[in-house]
Amino acid sequence: MRYLPLTQDDRQAMLATISAGSIDELFRDVPEDAVLDGPVAGLPLHASEMAVERHMAALAAKNLSAGAAPFFIGAGAYRHHIPASVDHLIQRGEFLTAYTPYQPEIAQGTLQVLFEFQTQVARLLGTDIANASMYDGSTACWEAIAMAGRITRRKRAVLSGGLHPHYAETAKTMARFTGDALAARVPVLVPEPDDAEVIAAIDAETSCVVVQYPDVLGRIPDLAAIAEAAHAQGALLVAVVTEPVALGLLEAPGALGADIVVGEGQALGVGLQFGGPYLGLFGCREKFVRQMPGRLCGQTVDADGRRGFVLTLSTREQHIRREKATSNICTNSGLCALAFSIHMTLLGGEGLAKLARINHARARRTADALSVLPGVSVLNSAYFNEFTVLVPGEARVVVQALADRGVLGGVSFGRLYPHAPELAGAMLVTATETTADEDIAALVAALQEVLP
Amino acid sequence: MSRYFTKEHEWIEVAGDIGTVGISDYAQGQLGDITFVELPAVGAEFKQGDAAAVVDSVKAASDIYVPVAGSITEINAALEDQPELVNTAPDAGGWLFRVKLADAGELSGLMDETAYKAYVAEL
Amino acid sequence: MNAPNPSGWRPSIGIDSSEEIAVKTASGDRGLALEESLIFELGATGKCGVDFDPPSAEPLPGLAKFLRAAPLDLPGLTEPETVRHYTRLSRQNYAIDLGPFPLGSCTMKHNPRLNEKVARMPGFGDIHPLQPRRTVSGAYEAIAQLADWLLALTGMASIALSPKAGAHGELCGLLCIRAALEARGDPREVVLVPESAHGTNPATAAFAGYRVENIPATPEGRVDLAALKARLGPDVAGVMITNPNTCGLFEPDMKIISQVVHEAGGFVYCDGANFNAIVGRVRPGDLGIDAMHINLHKTFSTPHGGGGPGSGPVVLSVALAPFAPLPMVRRDATGVARLIEESDATGTGHDSFGRMAAFHGQMGMFTRALTYILSHGADGLRQVAEDAVLNANYVLRSLEDVLDAPFAASGPCMHEALFSDFGLAEGFSTIDIAKGLIDEGFHPMTVYFPLVVHGAMLVEPTETESKAGLDRFIASLRSLAERGRAGDEALKSAPHFAPRRRLDETQAARKPVLVWKAEG
Repeated sequence: MRYLPLTQDDRQAMLATISAGSIDELFRDVPEDAVLDGPVAGLPLHASEMAVERHMAALAAKNLSAGAAPFFIGAGAYRHHIPASVDHLIQRGEFLTAYTPYQPEIAQGTLQVLFEFQTQVARLLGTDIANASMYDGSTACWEAIAMAGRITRRKRAVLSGGLHPHYAETAKTMARFTGDALAARVPVLVPEPDDAEVIAAIDAETSCVVVQYPDVLGRIPDLAAIAEAAHAQGALLVAVVTEPVALGLLEAPGALGADIVVGEGQALGVGLQFGGPYLGLFGCREKFVRQMPGRLCGQTVDADGRRGFVLTLSTREQHIRREKATSNICTNSGLCALAFSIHMTLLGGEGLAKLARINHARARRTADALSVLPGVSVLNSAYFNEFTVLVPGEARVVVQALADRGVLGGVSFGRLYPHAPELAGAMLVTATETTADEDIAALVAALQEVLP
Repeated sequence: MSRYFTKEHEWIEVAGDIGTVGISDYAQGQLGDITFVELPAVGAEFKQGDAAAVVDSVKAASDIYVPVAGSITEINAALEDQPELVNTAPDAGGWLFRVKLADAGELSGLMDETAYKAYVAEL
Repeated sequence: MNAPNPSGWRPSIGIDSSEEIAVKTASGDRGLALEESLIFELGATGKCGVDFDPPSAEPLPGLAKFLRAAPLDLPGLTEPETVRHYTRLSRQNYAIDLGPFPLGSCTMKHNPRLNEKVARMPGFGDIHPLQPRRTVSGAYEAIAQLADWLLALTGMASIALSPKAGAHGELCGLLCIRAALEARGDPREVVLVPESAHGTNPATAAFAGYRVENIPATPEGRVDLAALKARLGPDVAGVMITNPNTCGLFEPDMKIISQVVHEAGGFVYCDGANFNAIVGRVRPGDLGIDAMHINLHKTFSTPHGGGGPGSGPVVLSVALAPFAPLPMVRRDATGVARLIEESDATGTGHDSFGRMAAFHGQMGMFTRALTYILSHGADGLRQVAEDAVLNANYVLRSLEDVLDAPFAASGPCMHEALFSDFGLAEGFSTIDIAKGLIDEGFHPMTVYFPLVVHGAMLVEPTETESKAGLDRFIASLRSLAERGRAGDEALKSAPHFAPRRRLDETQAARKPVLVWKAEG
C-alpha cells in the first residue's frame, strides 16, 4: 500500500522489540466478540492511484459544473474568478499539512496569516476586531446570536425576513435547545426590505436584531436606522453578509452601527465546492472581545524581543473553560481563511472596489435583459449582484426547465421556502464578473423557450 | 479588622459589615501571570461558596468563590487595566470586590491566618 | 485552584543562541532563514495583483445612499509580491510534509495528493450547492458512497454528514439524543463526561443545554465503571465516552458501559477522534454505542490546513437515526442517491431535529476522504489501524525506561503513547521536552493533556511514519529525557533554532493586539 512505509520485516522487528508475538496481542483489550478477524466483508480492497482517479473522475463527470454552463446561481454561495496563485499557495505543504498553531515558535507562518486575515476582515466589515474564522456564515450567525444573549443577558432575538433561510433554520435548531426565543418571518415579495417590521419588533427584551445585508432577495436594508432603533432598546445589531464582494461597493456594516458583523467568506478565494468547506467571518466591537467565540491570534514578542504571533485569549475556549466556554468550536476554517486572505491581498482595497463595480454592472446588464421579457419583472429597487425576478407560474419549474436546456438560471424561492407558496413565482438571479454577455444571451433565449 | 481564609485560597477582610475579598499569595503563585479578572456586577447577590469572579491566566480560568453570603458593594476597577496587581499585591492593591455581609456568623467557618498557613504548608 | 501556568514563557536569560546569532546581517535574514513583514507594511491600497476590464455600467441610482463613504483601506500586492510573501511565510511553519507531527489525539498522518487533485475536479470543486438536483447526481452519489463506507466500517445504522468539524459532530449527536428523549416525553438534564475527556465534550454538552458531570478514571486510566453505574439514573440523558480513550487505551468495559447506560434509559455518545486505532478491526456499532462522530481530517487524511477545515460526520444507531439533521443524502429503493431537504422531509419517516448549517456539509472533505478510503480499501484500512498501533507501542516500549509512562503496566497502548514529566530534574517539565523537540527538528507531542495525568505528553506517531523515521524520533526524545533528568539548563530556554524563541503569551493576553494598526 503506497501510503504505508512499514515493511513486513519492519513489523516483525518492531514486534520483537516490544515483546509481542503478534499484532493481535496489541488489541487484546477489545472484547473478543467485537474483533473482526479480517477486512470488513463485502467492501473493495485497495486500489491504485490510477484506478481511484478514474472512479472519482467518472462521478465528477456526472455533474454539470458551473464553469461549463451559463451560470446565475448565488443565494449564499458565489462563483468568482479565483487567481491561479491562490490555489498554488494554499497547496504549499507548510500551510496545507500544518496543524492548529499551538506551538507558535514553528507556526509563525500560519499565525502571521491569521493576524493579517483578522485585520483584513475587521477593515472589510468595519468592526474593531475579527476572529480567526468560524465554520461558515450560517454557524457564525448563530454564534453571534448566542454572543448577543451573553452580552445583553436577554434571550429573544429578532430575525429579519431577509435572512437566508438556511441561516434562520440553523438558528432555530439551536434556539430550540438553548431556550432562546427567535422572532422570525418569511420574506414578502416587495421591492424594499422589511426594515420597518424589524424595527417594530424590537422591545426591551430583545437581545439582538439579525439583518442580512444585502438580504436574501438582494435588497439592501438601512442598517443605520435599524442600529439606532436597536440601541435605543439596549439591543445589539447583528449584520450578516453572505457576499463579501458587496463590501467593495457598499458601506461597511460596522460603520453603520452594527455591533457584531458575521459573514460567509467563501466568495473570496474559496470556490463553490458544493457548499463546503466555507469560511465564517466574525467581527465585533473590541469591548466584546471576551465574549467572542473562536480562535484569536494576537501580536506579542519572543524571548529575544522579536515580534511574533500567538493564539491568545484562549481561556474563552473549550479546551480550557470546558462547559463554561463561549463556544464548543475547535477546528475551524484555517486554510479557507488563508485562501480568502491571499485573494484579498491580490485585490487590495481599490481592486475589491473595482471587482464590486464589475459585479454590479454585470447584474444590471442581466436585469435589464430579463426585464424586457414578457411576463418577467425585476422586483428590487436596489441590489448589488443578485436580484429577485418574478416569472409567470412556478419558478421551480422554470429553473428545472432551464437546467434541461443546459442553463443554470438561478435559485427558485420555492426551493428555499418550500412551505411558503406565496413565494413560488419568484427566483433569485445572480451575476458576477464571470458572467459573460453570451451567458446572458443564453439565459434570455432559454427563458423565451421555457416561458409561456 | 480581621482577615479570614477559605480552603479555596480566597481571603476576606472584614470592617463593620463590609468584607473585602482577594486571593492569597499562595494562590496567585500557583496561577502564574494573571491576564484578566472578570468581576461581578455591583449589587449582585451571592450565597456563601457561589462563584462570583473569574481569574484568568494564560492557560487557565479559575472561579473565585464568595467566602460569605452577601451583595457586592464595590469592585476593584484598577484590575481592568492592571490585572497583574493580583500577582504583585495579592493582599492589598490586588483585591477583587467588596461584599456587604448577609450573615457574619458564616465567618466562623473560615480559617484565620495561622490556620491557613498551616493548611498551605500541608499542600 | 487550577494547575500552575504551563505557558512556558521565560525571558531571554541564561543559555542563549549567541553563537548562532553572532554574525549579524544587514537584511535581518540569514541565508534561508527569512524574515517577512506584514502585508500592511508591504502593500498599498492602490496596488493590485488582478487585472480588470472597466465596469460596463454605473451603479443603479437607487444604490447611491448605500455606497461607501471612504475608500476601503486594504493593502494590495502584485502577483509576484503576493507569491513571495506567502511563500516566505510558509517557511516559518512546521508541517507533516517536513517530518513527524506526533500530536496525540490529532492523527497527523500523510495527506495524499490524489485527494487534492480529485477535490479540484470541476465536477466536484465548481458545483453550486443549490444547483438543480439532476445536474449534480454524481455529487450525491459520491456522498452516498462515502456514507456506505463509513456505515460499513462502523457497523452503525445511519449517518449525518453535514457537521462541519468534530465538535460540530458532537453537537449533532447530542442534539439527536435530546430530540429522541424529548420525542419519548422524557427530557433529561445531565450528561456524564469522563475526567479524561477532550474539552470539546463538556463544552458541547453545555452548548446543547445539558448540565455536565464528571465521572472519574481508575488508576489504570479507564472509566470507573462502578462510579458510572452509581451515578446513572432517570436524570441522565447520556454519557460521552472517548474510545480508545485519551490515555491511549481501549475501554475494555465498553459493551457493559453501553448496556448499563441503556438500561438506565440513556444514550451512549462515543467521541470518534481516536478511530484511527481501530478502523477496520473493530466496529463501534458492535460495542453498543448510539452515536459517534468521525473526524475526516484525522482518520481519513483530509489536511488540517493550519486549523481546519475539518469535517465531522456522525454515525447513528437505529434509535437515533430518525432524528438526523437536514439535509441528508439517502439511497432510494433502486439504489439511487437522493437529496432530502426541508421540502422532502415530511412524510418520509424522518423526525429530523432540523438544520445545523447552510447547504450540505464539507463536500471538499467528502471527496478527499472517499478518495483516501478507495485507495486503501478494506484491507488497507485495517492495515492502517495495525501499523498505527504498532508504531505507538514501539515508541512506548522504546522510551519507558527514560520517560515515565503512567499506564505502561496496563498493557499495550492503542495508537498513542502517554508519558509524563515525572522523574525530570527539579524545575524541568513537559514544556521543556516539547520545546526541545523543536530544536531536534520535530513537532512536539500533545502536552498537558489528558488532564488526569500531571505533565502529560501524548505521542501519536500514526501509520505513515517509517521505522527509520521513528528510530530517529525515539533517539531525539531519549536524548531530551536524559537531558531533562540531568537538569541541562539549555533545555529550559529551548527552542534555540526555530524562527522564534518562546513567545510571551502573558503580554498577548493582558493587552490583546488582534489587528494591525499603523504605529503612532
